[in-house]
Amino acid sequence: MNSKKLPLVNVDEKLGTVVYKADHQAHITLKSADACLNRCPDKPCATVCPAQVYRWEEELKKVVVSFENCIECGACRMLCPLNNIECHWPRGGFGVQYRYG
Amino acid sequence: MSDDRFDSIVVGAGPAGVSAAIAMAKAGLKVVVLERGEYPGSKNVQGAIMYTKMIGDSVPAFWKDPQAPLERPITEQKFWLLSKDSFFQAGFKSEKWLAEPHNCYSVIRAPFDRWYAKKAEEAGAEIYTGITVSEVIKKDGQIVGVKTSEGDELLADVVIAADGVNSLLAQQAGLLDEWTPDEVALGVKEVLSLPREKLEDRFNLENGEGTTIEMFGDNTQGMMGYSFLYTNKDSVSFGVGAKLSHFQKTGIRPPDLLEYAKSHPMIRRLLKGAVSQEYSAHLIPEGGFYSMPPLYAGGFLIAGDAAQMVNPSHREGSNLAMTAGRLAGETVVEAKKKGDFSAVTLSTYQKKLEASYVIPDLMDVKDLEPLAEKHMDLIREIPELFSQVAQDYFNVDGRPKHEVMKSMLNRVLTHSGVQKTLKKEMTLKNQWILTKMALKFRFLLWKSMRGK
Repeated sequence: MNSKKLPLVNVDEKLGTVVYKADHQAHITLKSADACLNRCPDKPCATVCPAQVYRWEEELKKVVVSFENCIECGACRMLCPLNNIECHWPRGGFGVQYRYG
Repeated sequence: MSDDRFDSIVVGAGPAGVSAAIAMAKAGLKVVVLERGEYPGSKNVQGAIMYTKMIGDSVPAFWKDPQAPLERPITEQKFWLLSKDSFFQAGFKSEKWLAEPHNCYSVIRAPFDRWYAKKAEEAGAEIYTGITVSEVIKKDGQIVGVKTSEGDELLADVVIAADGVNSLLAQQAGLLDEWTPDEVALGVKEVLSLPREKLEDRFNLENGEGTTIEMFGDNTQGMMGYSFLYTNKDSVSFGVGAKLSHFQKTGIRPPDLLEYAKSHPMIRRLLKGAVSQEYSAHLIPEGGFYSMPPLYAGGFLIAGDAAQMVNPSHREGSNLAMTAGRLAGETVVEAKKKGDFSAVTLSTYQKKLEASYVIPDLMDVKDLEPLAEKHMDLIREIPELFSQVAQDYFNVDGRPKHEVMKSMLNRVLTHSGVQKTLKKEMTLKNQWILTKMALKFRFLLWKSMRGK
């Protein structure tokens, strides 16, 4: 399959158009930091999440989760080869609020 | 609310859930719809094209309602095969499609879902928003209610799971496993505003009509998927989607793919000056018939995306959801009359779906995606091949036409992808199937010529 690198887009700019009702309570957690570090060379969550919720931090040697970016597509749960992502819905009324959708 | 008992609890105020609620409320049942978003539509994403027939089944003559948030009746539908620098087009536009009732409309889901949910309220259903259902309540093997994440318990004779592509409820009820990246597509989309006059000039539209373009080829970078462009009143919806497993394999970032698709020379000019109003992403269940969960259990029905009711080859989904929701609602109405909500009684839902277009359509296309996946090498090459053949045909270079035709045919037959596919598919068994089809056709021809 063609895996030519496409020009990188500023995802934050895209997310700037999205309205959220922010919740202080995280709705996404990683079950094990070790799984990301030692057993997942590809880290598909960090590339395929359309809202860049997941970022590999080389210095911290871990995947950092920005749950407040989440636009609730649910892809991460299916993507994670180690089934390491616990992604529930935000509490009722919180999270993304599409004005168009 | 916690003391209330309902005939039916519907989880999710999307097309499936609201259609179910309308069918039940119209029959006088006590119905509640629980929606986790702050308003119906706040979590939902679609292209979006909605079909008149299926909305009308729930809300008769809705197009006469000035409040109905319809963007444009669609009078033109086009398919493009995109090579790097060209498109090959097939399409249809008709004045007939300007007459009411229209075939379909472009809509924006957030306002549409709000309006549609209001119709359920007007029919007598209660709609509670901002409520996340966390689990089903079971008693003696029968599902008898739901528990919200705030800890409230609601009881009902039947729970209808219309909670969308990530049906945590169906999973939690034990009817569904987590889907794999092969069974879903990931779509990313933007709504881009464009002044009405400019939009109508650019897309050759008058009388408020709208157009759709589905594009296959270069814009998905070899992944199985397509992009779409739908015209709204003052904006354009543009998105691109591909199988989640293909995103996983290529490591392509969805927003990068979206920008890449938007920058294609044939698309760029259509979006020139349009300003992004909102970025969104959603999963589309595309596993089809083979991925469908059991659709009923004691006290429980599943409808819409939650049950993989999407026909990707015809870009239909919300209409299947509406029909399934309505049939689920009618099933509950009948069960209520019998006073029996067992799996046996609710199994009529399955029979209704089989008698409608929903299951037959899903059956018809069930092997399409595996077949396409097998021939991705060829499918990736087809747009470029079409582009070359079209150039052969339309370019005038002084050669006699029969020579041009010969070189076009040669181009196709000597194409490595075509040859590979022919070698793979021209097995004795397939040759036999083709021969049988030819004989059958010959027989029909013979019969029609004899006037029978």
